[in-house]
Amino acid sequence: MRAERMAVNGMASQAAVEWPFALIEMPGDLESVRAGLARAMRSAPLARLGPEDRGRAEILLAEVLNNIAEHACCGSGAGIRLLLRLEPARLCLVVEDDGVAMPSGALPAGELPDAASLPEGGFGWFLIRSLAREISYLRDGKTNRLGIVMDCEQ
Amino acid sequence: MSLQSEKQADTLVIRVEEDRIDAAGAIRFKEGMRDLIAERSARVILDLSRVNFLDSSGLGAVVAVMKLLAPERRLELAGLTPTVEKVFRLTRMDSVFTIHAAVDQGLSHAG
Repeated sequence: MRAERMAVNGMASQAAVEWPFALIEMPGDLESVRAGLARAMRSAPLARLGPEDRGRAEILLAEVLNNIAEHACCGSGAGIRLLLRLEPARLCLVVEDDGVAMPSGALPAGELPDAASLPEGGFGWFLIRSLAREISYLRDGKTNRLGIVMDCEQ
Repeated sequence: MSLQSEKQADTLVIRVEEDRIDAAGAIRFKEGMRDLIAERSARVILDLSRVNFLDSSGLGAVVAVMKLLAPERRLELAGLTPTVEKVFRLTRMDSVFTIHAAVDQGLSHAG
């Protein structure tokens, strides 16, 4: 836990010099995620994006944060830390939580549900995988850490 | 979840008066819609022109409402804003709904 904090802070001081950076912390429940996402959308990295990229980033972030709230934190009181950094032509995200690990330690395949069967769920990871260029997942002690890169036009 | 319902001839037009239909509000949206669609009508048009954001939970709730109306009625959508339209398009769910540019076009359309 302490090591991760230091890693986060180190990343902040390095990146702030050249690229817009934001660290947003929120409790891991759906109402708090809604408020945290609103703060993220106002933060320097996302405020600089054009409308198209902002829309894509908002969908991507909503799906990632909602999934963490529902499946990792799930009422345990575990919080979520979101790091945003805008680099040339790409948005880099690190999302950490201290909730339960991803089942089998791997990311869901995120296959597109068949529209004709009128699915009411199962779209989340499909959307994440559609919008992200790179996704990595690491279980580090008691922490889940997702690294996500989204291409943007800026 | 603020929903405004209005009967226009044989069509029930329901306008979502919220900025977003997301995971935190999806259940309230579904419950509110369930109450409103109890009113008899030949058609139901959901006006999404004030909704700037919809996530996969919101999408699931819209699909659930479509299923509540079946088999007698279908859910038609109108006024999709860019990010909402993107979610429907990426998930291919735009293929299962009749989507009108705006409510007026929907009303003049045969359904």
